[in-house]
Amino acid sequence: MNKVIEFKNVYKSFGSLKVLQGVDFEINKGEIVCLLGSSGCGKSTSLRMINLLEQKDSGDIIVEGKSVDEIKDINQYRAKVAMVFQQFNLFKNLDVLSNCTIALRKALKINKKEAEEIAINNLKKVGMENFIHAKSDTLSGGQKQRVAIARMLSLNPDILLFDEPTSALDPEMVNEVLNVIKSLTHENRTMVIVTHEMNFAKEVANRIIFMDQGKVIENCSPEEFFTNPKTERAKAFLANSNIH
Amino acid sequence: MEFIKLCISIVKKNYLSILLGIRTTLVLSILGTLFGFVIGLFVGGIRAIKLDFNEPLYKKRLKRLIDYIGKLYIDIFRGTPMMIQALFFYYSLRSLFNWTPLVAALTVLSVNTGAYMSEIIRSGINSIDKGQIEAARSCGLSNIQTMFNIVFPQAVLNAFPSIGNELIVNIKDSSVLMVLSITELMFETKSIAGSNYRLVETYFITALIYLFLTGVASYVLNIIEKRMTHSKTSLPQSATNFENLVLAKGGSDE
Ligand SMILES: Nc1ncnc2c1ncn2[C@@H]1O[C@H](COP(=O)(O)OP(=O)(O)OP(=O)(O)O)[C@@H](O)[C@H]1O
Ligand SMILES: [Mg+2]
Repeated sequence: MNKVIEFKNVYKSFGSLKVLQGVDFEINKGEIVCLLGSSGCGKSTSLRMINLLEQKDSGDIIVEGKSVDEIKDINQYRAKVAMVFQQFNLFKNLDVLSNCTIALRKALKINKKEAEEIAINNLKKVGMENFIHAKSDTLSGGQKQRVAIARMLSLNPDILLFDEPTSALDPEMVNEVLNVIKSLTHENRTMVIVTHEMNFAKEVANRIIFMDQGKVIENCSPEEFFTNPKTERAKAFLANSNIH
Repeated sequence: MEFIKLCISIVKKNYLSILLGIRTTLVLSILGTLFGFVIGLFVGGIRAIKLDFNEPLYKKRLKRLIDYIGKLYIDIFRGTPMMIQALFFYYSLRSLFNWTPLVAALTVLSVNTGAYMSEIIRSGINSIDKGQIEAARSCGLSNIQTMFNIVFPQAVLNAFPSIGNELIVNIKDSSVLMVLSITELMFETKSIAGSNYRLVETYFITALIYLFLTGVASYVLNIIEKRMTHSKTSLPQSATNFENLVLAKGGSDE
């Protein structure tokens, strides 16, 4: 197995708040990893570090064999590790299609026609091909998140990062987005998903990484994590979430 | 009645110089606002950029220096009367640029407006949620690309009322540029009043003209604003309820 993401003893503070306190884990190519943990334990921060939206204080993060400190072209790098956000973050001044093509054209220098073909293909994957000229603020939350997923897929990234993709959604829209994410799990891409949807994690993950207070305290298969958690913290966490 | 008759006769006698004054006032204020807008985009944009952590130290220092100069520029031009700015720049730089009063006046008006615009643009930029900027950066757009493709279009739209307001202010405030003997509306008024000794009537006419010009300007600006926002809001369906819910929650976990 080859490792695509390695965290080595990563530390991070915001002022006096210690957020990551020696995070260690490895993720292999094609793996689907769910990053779990209670609120504030540092999941988002870890994920954002992979995309370089946050900077570590110490330790090392190695992506595809290369330390993030050695990355020269940060923009090209970011396009290869694209991210989906809790709040969708669609570009409000652009329509659905342009949301998906803008980075292709500006960052990856792909011409308009080709970029639009790529984008439409990906919009089809998420079932949004009939909305290509809609402005983002006319869409429902679930639709927005599906467009955000298409925007990410259009970059053809090696690593897909999801930060609580369904937490800002109305309950009835959660499934449409989870189903889209599920459909991506067959594409043999590396996916790191922060989620509070335990049933979803149980179903799609190859591995669970459980964080607590800025550290990884469980790192195992979903079967093991959900049926036989080792730490008290994980037991308490699971007791508080509804799983069936 | 007598008053109105007098006014009409003043207009009849002086309509040519009044029209000339209106033309100069309009040219100055429209161009001044446009140039000021460009300056504002530039200065406000640069001031709003946050350099990436991995940029080299010299760039960060340079950025800090530029920010400082930008702040100084804004403070000086917003904090002193434009009349003094006009006098000062015209006479002190005359030997250097060899410029006419009109060019000097337009320059001062543009640079002065630019100072206000910079702050307008900057607050327009700050009103855009950080999430969109992060999303743009996360898919590989550079700082500059994010500015031009995502941030500026929205910032200008959000700030449009304040941007338009600068035009209205400039139509009136360009009157102080008469200190450079520019033949704009106020200058013409002063010389008309100086020859007919009808101060009240003459200035009353000019006030009406200013009111008319600013009225037309705000009408046109309103239309433009409606056009710009209308193209954005062609709500078809479902969004509203859910949207309200998310907004009510504050949507600010990150
Ligand atoms: N830019 C920042 N400045 C200051 N504090 C921050 C910043 N970003 C995150 N934090 C704090 O760091 C801690 C960890 O944040 P993080 O977002 O990684 O948690 P999380 O595990 O994703 O939690 P959640 O499930 O609530 O999203 C939190 O207490 C948060 O308030
Ligand atoms: Mg989070």
